[in-house]
Amino acid sequence: MSLKEEVDLLRRIPLFANIEASKLKLLAFTSERVAFEGGQVLFRQGDMGDAAYIIIEGEAEVLVDGPAGPVTVAVLGRDAFVGEIAILCDVPRTATVRARQRLVCLRIAKELFLRLINEFPQMAVAVMRELALRLEASNQKLRAAVAEIEALRRPAQRA
Amino acid sequence: MKAMSETLKLRWPRWADRNTEASRAGAAPAPGEGDDPGIEPTIYRFIIRHSYKRQLVILALTLGSFPFLYYSLSLPKTIINRAIGGHKFPQQFAFWQLDQIPYLLTLCGLFLVLVFINGAFKFYINLYKGQLGERMLRRLRYELYHRVLRFPVGQFKRVSAAEVIPMITAEVETLGGFIGDAFVQPVFQGGTLLTIIIFMFAQDPVLGAAAVALYPVQGYVIPKLQRRINLLAKQRVRTVRQVADRVGESAAGIIEIRANDGVRLQLAGFAHLLGTIYSIRFDIYNRKFFVKFLNNFIGQLTPFFFYMIGGYLVIRGNLSFGALVAVLAAYKDLASPWKELLDFYQLMQDSHIKYEQVIEQFRPPGLIERTRQLNPPETVPPLTGAIVASNVSFAEDERARVVDAVSFSLAANEHVAIVGPSNSGRYELALLLARLIEPTGGRITIGGADLAGLHDAVVGRRIGYASATPHFFAGSMQDNLYFSLRNRPVVPARYEPLRARTVSKILAEARQAGNIDLDLGADWTDYAAAGVADAAGLAARTVELLRRLDLAEDVYAFGLRGRLDPRQRPEVAERLLEARRALAQRLAADGITHLVEPFAADRYNSNASLAENLLFGTPVGPAFDFDQLASNTYVLRVLDKAGLTEDLVAMGGEVAKTMIELFADLPPEHEFFEQYSFIGAGDLHEFQAILTRAQKSGRDKLKADDRTRLLSLPFKLIAARHRLGLLDAALEARILAARRIFAADLPAAMRSQIEFFDAARYNAAATVQDNVLFGKVAYGEAAAPARIPLAISSVLDALGLRDAITAIGLDFAVGSGGSRLSAAQRQKAALARILLKRPDIVILNEATAALDGQMQAKVMAGIKEECVGRGLIWSLHRASLARHFDRVIVMAEGRIVEQGTFAELDRPGTALNKLLASE
Repeated sequence: MSLKEEVDLLRRIPLFANIEASKLKLLAFTSERVAFEGGQVLFRQGDMGDAAYIIIEGEAEVLVDGPAGPVTVAVLGRDAFVGEIAILCDVPRTATVRARQRLVCLRIAKELFLRLINEFPQMAVAVMRELALRLEASNQKLRAAVAEIEALRRPAQRA
Repeated sequence: MKAMSETLKLRWPRWADRNTEASRAGAAPAPGEGDDPGIEPTIYRFIIRHSYKRQLVILALTLGSFPFLYYSLSLPKTIINRAIGGHKFPQQFAFWQLDQIPYLLTLCGLFLVLVFINGAFKFYINLYKGQLGERMLRRLRYELYHRVLRFPVGQFKRVSAAEVIPMITAEVETLGGFIGDAFVQPVFQGGTLLTIIIFMFAQDPVLGAAAVALYPVQGYVIPKLQRRINLLAKQRVRTVRQVADRVGESAAGIIEIRANDGVRLQLAGFAHLLGTIYSIRFDIYNRKFFVKFLNNFIGQLTPFFFYMIGGYLVIRGNLSFGALVAVLAAYKDLASPWKELLDFYQLMQDSHIKYEQVIEQFRPPGLIERTRQLNPPETVPPLTGAIVASNVSFAEDERARVVDAVSFSLAANEHVAIVGPSNSGRYELALLLARLIEPTGGRITIGGADLAGLHDAVVGRRIGYASATPHFFAGSMQDNLYFSLRNRPVVPARYEPLRARTVSKILAEARQAGNIDLDLGADWTDYAAAGVADAAGLAARTVELLRRLDLAEDVYAFGLRGRLDPRQRPEVAERLLEARRALAQRLAADGITHLVEPFAADRYNSNASLAENLLFGTPVGPAFDFDQLASNTYVLRVLDKAGLTEDLVAMGGEVAKTMIELFADLPPEHEFFEQYSFIGAGDLHEFQAILTRAQKSGRDKLKADDRTRLLSLPFKLIAARHRLGLLDAALEARILAARRIFAADLPAAMRSQIEFFDAARYNAAATVQDNVLFGKVAYGEAAAPARIPLAISSVLDALGLRDAITAIGLDFAVGSGGSRLSAAQRQKAALARILLKRPDIVILNEATAALDGQMQAKVMAGIKEECVGRGLIWSLHRASLARHFDRVIVMAEGRIVEQGTFAELDRPGTALNKLLASE
């Protein structure tokens, strides 16, 4: 897999979709390609995040600690973007991610990503726009949900 | 003449008077306090004491050269008057009657012989003087350095090393030149002066008197002026030392200066110092040249008397005209020796001051006696018997007593802890017991013998001392550990006859200058002292000790990264090859072969750089340095033969293009350049220019220099890591072909400059780890960093190679001051260093303070095990650690407040209890 393919991979990720090609290339070049063995853990719930991963090949499962031990909540495949919150802000991992079989990822280190953002404001704007769109989408969902709850509550009060 | 001698006398009596005193001191140096026998207070005493015979030889040689010199000066006159202009022939020459031409030829021949003799005299005298000066300088420097080694340990709190260094190096440098001339110059020039003056007196006493009339004035004024210059010179030396000190301080405090924006303050301080030096020097120049001016003026004034008095005498008929002319001519000749004398006088004053000012810095109070360091006793008996301190006190610089009338008695093999607050005097007490400082009151005896009277060899070999901040010398770990065993040459070196002669010559020359004459080439390591028979035994013992002190793991890690010379330890190299095979099997068994890409002669290694793939070996020395490959003519020839040159230049162009595309927008100081780019920020636009030129006129039209630069890029390319997609299978196959050509065509002369990868051979240029691995750890395998080292170390353990590799780790260079070791490693290594020599008494000053709790317990247990049957006195930074000792001494404010076993003292209300509570 060459740099060019990695750039295409990055482009398919919505967070990076609006970033210009040469910057994506730099991000790809400075990022590492990492392979995990089946069963190897990419990161654990509760750890501080230091990188996000884009799956190039293989599958990974997302585990959340439950009262009776970890529970698999999702399985991720090719082109999935895992742990992206970690490269944007300092929060602990909300889940554990483990390779199901041999898994090849592109590892985007937080430090590196933030340095690029610092260096190229247009990249920051692209990321900001994407985040704003997501926020707007979330807001809409929230409004809809609130309206639904209100609608449900009113008849109950009358009764 | 009288005036002349007075001129010189004004300064000279200093040494002349002490002359007899010096010889007395030389005959029977008074030991002990007061006047130190080792060093003379003035330079002339130093010269006389150590070189008077040689000074006499120089004088004799110089005087011996005079007749020839005189004859060679008078011979031209004879040649002109008698041989060329003469009429009476044949002439008598020795026993022969010679005609004009043979006479001329004979005289000219004689002249030639004289020229040769004079030249030979001059050459030999200069050589002799130079040799003498160098030897004396060597003696002086040696003496000064030895004094540094004899300084009381607190001395470097008072003077900085930065001040002392230039004294030994630069300040005394000019003295060597002076020493050779110290006697001969005044005698020679003074003699010449005297001869001329006598000649003038013989011509006419009055005129003679006129010639010297102003000498008394000069003799009075010049020394007066000179005295002021001397004072300034002293001040200058002091200020220059402050400069050295300031530079040293800034180097030591660079972090504080930068962290507090202190640069301007430092610069201002430095500028101020330089200003002071400038004004002093300017003042010196003023006065120095004024002295010269005055001298010249007076010199010109004297003819005034000649013309006046001489003229008067001639007119009155009391003096012949010829005599006046002769005197005037003689007076002219007077100028040169007089000037030389004056220069000498100034040089002498200068040297005098330099010497005095250096010497005074090397005579601190409390200097350790020379006899305590040199000529150690044949055998050093063990220190046995009780350690008794009676009323021991220690005070520094008239301050309050840090240790105050301390008394105790310890059994020889007792393990004793000293605890107390950090300023309780326990630190100093440990120093006192190790005799690194001397009590200012009371005394310490060991087995009844006064500690103060023991030779350094006894104390240094039988007592082990380590502090929390031990020093390490730049060199290998082994050199630092064995330091405690290297007290004297133990096994003389065996040399070839030729080399043996050279060595004995070198040592003889050392004796000539009063230096120590011990051969550095001998084996200084005292194996018997460590209780082993030879080097292999000592290495094994060292590894054992390191394990006890929890340092073996670290040194093992150094060993993995270290290099082994297979010629020296062929059996270890053989076993490492075995480990190489075992590792391959192990990786296969664990199913992780994909984590390592092994070197194979017929395969391209995509985790290695293109350069490594081409060379298929490790460069030895700079010839095949990866950064220089593109300009290596042999490599270029190989590439041409393989038809690869154009492809690689093209690939270089592609790499450059990508780098420019990726990095051009980044500011030049961005760290990405260093971390990721093939091209430095500064070179980026140059490559841009090269690419533009290549595009305009074709790559093949590029200048050789440009092509070299492009060619240098792909060598760094690691296919698996950089993922630029520039290498395909076909190109890889051609690189493999070039690899074969490279090895096949390699000229014999270059064979030693590369160690080829060979599965069946140990690679001396690669690290131990790389030899076992024999391949590259694959890039981008998340499991590799954890699993590969584990696999390597389990394979090495299985083959019993751990100790051998730890021994290789002993070659690790610890760096200046041990800077490549961590604080904990330094403390552990310092303990190993003193335990190696198996001392009778071990004295430790918070020697494990940098270790964490777990390490602490392990190391302490190791030390206590090593110290079974020996005395152990440990000043502890934490009172709770005293639990493990036979006896506890609790100190406060310089006094012992409690002593007993830990159990006895550990009850409510005791000082120990309070210390424990405060932890």
